[in-house]
Amino acid sequence: MRLLRIVPENTHFGFMKNRFISFTLSGTLAVLSIVMFFSLGLNYGIDFEGGTVVEIATKNGPANIGDIRSELRDLNLGDVQVQEFGAPNDVLIRIERQQGGEQAQQKAIGLIRDTFGDTVDFRRVEVVGPRVSGELAQAGTLAVVVSLFAVLVYIWFRFEWQFAVGAIIATVHDVILTIGMFAVLHLDFSLSSIAAILTIVGYSLNDTVVVYDRIREDMRKYKKMPLLDLLDRAINQTLSRTTMTSFTTLLALLSLYTFGGEVIRSFTFAMIWGVLVGTYSSIFVAAPVLNFLNLRRGPDASGGTAEKEQAETA
Amino acid sequence: MMLYFARWKVVSILLVVFAGFIFTIPNFFTRDEVASWPDWVPGRQLVLGLDLQGGAYLLYEVDRGSYEEKRLQALVGDIRTSLRQSEPRIGYTGLGVKNDKTVQFRLRDTGRIDEARARLKDLVNPLDASLFAGTQINEFSFTIADDGLVRFSFTDEGLAQRIRSVVDQSIEVIRRRVDQLGTTEPSIQRQGEDRILVEAPGLDDPERLKTLIGQTAQMTFHLVDSNANVQQAIQTRPPAGDLLVYSTDDPPVPYLIDETPLLTGEDLQDSQATFDQRSNQPVVTFRFNTSGARKFAKVTQQNVGRPFAIVLDNEVISAPVIREPILGGSGQISGNFTVQSANDLAILLRAGALPAKLTIVEERTVGPGLGADSIEAGKIASLVGIVAVAVFMILAYGLFGIIADIALFVNMVLIFGALSFLGATLTLPGIAGIVLTVGMAVDANVLIYERVREEVRNGRSAVSALDAGFSRALGTILDANITTLIAAVILFYLGSGPIRGFAVTLAIGIVTTVFSAFTFTRFLVSMWLRNRRPSKLPI
Repeated sequence: MRLLRIVPENTHFGFMKNRFISFTLSGTLAVLSIVMFFSLGLNYGIDFEGGTVVEIATKNGPANIGDIRSELRDLNLGDVQVQEFGAPNDVLIRIERQQGGEQAQQKAIGLIRDTFGDTVDFRRVEVVGPRVSGELAQAGTLAVVVSLFAVLVYIWFRFEWQFAVGAIIATVHDVILTIGMFAVLHLDFSLSSIAAILTIVGYSLNDTVVVYDRIREDMRKYKKMPLLDLLDRAINQTLSRTTMTSFTTLLALLSLYTFGGEVIRSFTFAMIWGVLVGTYSSIFVAAPVLNFLNLRRGPDASGGTAEKEQAETA
Repeated sequence: MMLYFARWKVVSILLVVFAGFIFTIPNFFTRDEVASWPDWVPGRQLVLGLDLQGGAYLLYEVDRGSYEEKRLQALVGDIRTSLRQSEPRIGYTGLGVKNDKTVQFRLRDTGRIDEARARLKDLVNPLDASLFAGTQINEFSFTIADDGLVRFSFTDEGLAQRIRSVVDQSIEVIRRRVDQLGTTEPSIQRQGEDRILVEAPGLDDPERLKTLIGQTAQMTFHLVDSNANVQQAIQTRPPAGDLLVYSTDDPPVPYLIDETPLLTGEDLQDSQATFDQRSNQPVVTFRFNTSGARKFAKVTQQNVGRPFAIVLDNEVISAPVIREPILGGSGQISGNFTVQSANDLAILLRAGALPAKLTIVEERTVGPGLGADSIEAGKIASLVGIVAVAVFMILAYGLFGIIADIALFVNMVLIFGALSFLGATLTLPGIAGIVLTVGMAVDANVLIYERVREEVRNGRSAVSALDAGFSRALGTILDANITTLIAAVILFYLGSGPIRGFAVTLAIGIVTTVFSAFTFTRFLVSMWLRNRRPSKLPI
C-alpha cells in the first residue's frame, strides 16, 4: 500500500533564502494587526464590557428579526444587537451595559422577559455586571502575560537564550495576528477567546519547540555547517511532521467548527486560525529569527544539559 | 534499549489501561443503576457542567453600602439611648450619619467629654472572633475633639470581619432556601471576601431561584397608626415615631405604621403554605416560638379592634384587624397569593432573613433545551473528529497508523477515566479540549514515526530505526507537551466556569497523551516486533 504524504520525503526547500520575504510579510501583518487593534478596536463581549446576552428560540415558526429589534428598541435599553443564531428560530440578543450599577442590569433582563413572555423559549441568559467585567478583563490579560512568561522561563531553562527569545517572538507574533483577526472580522472577543489565545500559545510553542529541538540536535551533529544551511536542514527534516500534525489538529477542529454548535463556533474559528498561523510562524519566523539573534556555534554555545544529552544519544 | 520492557513495566502499563476502563465504565450506566452497585466497585460518573445540563450560575455580592448604612443607623440609635436615656443625661446636637461612612454629633458641654467618653466606650462593639487572635478588634472606633465633636467610624478589620460573617450567614440562609426547591445538589460557596456563588444545575425556572435568593425576607409585625392622617404624611412627612410604607396591591395602598416592630421574623418558628378553609384561597400560616407567642398574645390582648401590618422588606403584604386576642401563637397571612407565591413566602419565612442585601453581579443561565443540543453537538463533533483523524493516520502510516489509533482509543478511555475519577466537570469547551487533544495526541505518534522513517532512510535496520525513533523523539515530546501543559495550568488558575473545564480536559489530555502515545505505543510496537521479527518496516 502506498502511504499518504502531505509533503514529499526528503525536501530541500530554501526557507532561509526567502527569509526576508517572510519577515516582511510577518512584520507587515503584525503592524497591520496592531494598527487595526488601535483603530478598529476589539468587539469586546459582555465578559469584558458588561451587559446582557440572551439567546431565545421562537416557539411558532421562524423568528422575525425586524420585529424583535423594534420591540426591544421600545424598551429604551440603549444599544441593542439582534442576530440569527445558527437556526431560523434561534435569535441572539445583546444589550449594552445599562447605566446605574448592578441592579440596572437585572431590571433590563426583567423587561426583556416580560416583553417576550411565553412566546419564546429562553435558551440562555448571561448578565455580567460592571464590576465583574472589569475583573475578568484583568484576569484574562494576566493569564496571557503570565503564561507567556512561564513558557519563556521553561524554554530558557531547556535551551540557549536565543531559542527562548525566538520562541517568544514567534508566539507573540501569533497572538498579535490572532488579535488582529478578531479586530478585522469584528468577532466577539470574550473569555473563550482568551482561552483560544492561550491554546494557540501552547500549540504554537509546541510546534516551535519541535523545530528547535531539531536545530539543537543538528548543531551538535554538523559543527561545520553554516547556520543558514543548518536551519534549512532542520526545518526540512521536521516539515513532514509539522504539516502532518497541523493537518490532524485541523481535521479535529474543523469537525468541531462544523458540528460543535453555534456556542463554540467563534472559539473554534479562532483556534483554526491560530493553528494555521502557528504552523506558519514555527517554519517562517521561529527558525529564521535565530539567525538574527546571532545564535553562536561551537562547543561553548551549548550548555551543560546539552552536552549530557549528546553523550546519551551518542 | 527502548523496546525492551521489564515484566513489572508491562504489568504497570496494563494496570493503568485497566484502571482507565474501570473508571470510565460507570458513565455508560444511569445514576440509579450505579447506586445499586456494591461499594467497592468504582461508581463515580462525569459531572456535566451547567452549560451541558442546563442550570443557573449566579454570583451575588453583599451590598456593602446598604449594610454599612444599616449598621450606622443602628449605631445612631445606640448613641441616643446611651447619652439620653441613662442618668445623668448628656446633651448633644446634630446626631446623624455623615457621608455614608461616619456617625457624627457635638456634645453641648465640652466639660463633660470624659464622662461621655466613658459611656461611648461601650459602643465600639468588640467582635467575638478577635478574642482568639490575641489583639482586640472593635467594629467601630471614635474620636472626640476638644470642641466636643464626636466621630464614629468603622475600623477596617472590624468591617471586614463583619462582612465575612454576613457572607457566612447568608450562605446558610440561601442553602436553607434553595434546598427547599428540591433541585439536584445546588452548590453554594463563598467567593472572595464579599461574594457568594450559587450553582444550581438542571433547573427549569431560574427566575424563581433568583426571586427566592434575592429577597432579604425581613418580616416584621407593626401596629398601624390609625390616628394620623396618611395623605398629609405623604405630602409632608410622617409624624415622629411613624413609618410610611406601601402595600403590594396594585395600586399600592399607603399605611402609617409604628416605627418599632412588635415582633420580627426571628420570633417565628414555622411557616406553611396552605388553603384558607372558607375562601379556598392560598394562604401562609405561621407559628411563633414560645417567647414570640407570649409577646403576640400580649399585644393582641391590648389592641383588639386595631389593624396591624405584616411587613415584608418594607412592603405591607397584609393588614388585618385584630378581632380577638390570639393566644395560641399562630396566625395566617392572606395576601393576594398564588399557590407558588404562597409556597415561596413560606420557604422564605422558614429559612429566615438575609443579614444584608445581595445583588447579582454575574448571571449565566442555560435552559435544558440548549444544554441537550450542546451535548448532541459535542458528541457528533467528537465522533467525526476522532474518526477523521483515525482514518487519516491509517492512510498515512498503515499498520503503524492502526497502532496509533489503538493508542488514541486508550487515550480517550484514560481521559474519561481520569475525569470521572477526579470528579471533574465536563463543559462544552471541555469537549472542545478533548477534541483538540485528539488532534494533538497523534502528534507524538507522528513525531516518532517521522523519526523512524528518517532513520530507515538513513539505512538503519528495522529494530534499530524504531529504537532510535522512540528515544530521539522522547525529549521533543516532553518539551512540546510541557509547554502546552504550562498554558493549561495557568488557564485553570485564572479562568472560571466553562473555561476551567477546558483547561482541565486539556491538562489531563496532555498527561494521558504522553503515556498513551509514547509508553503504550512503544509497548504495542515491541509486542509486534517480538511476534513478527520483521526485517523491513511497513512505514
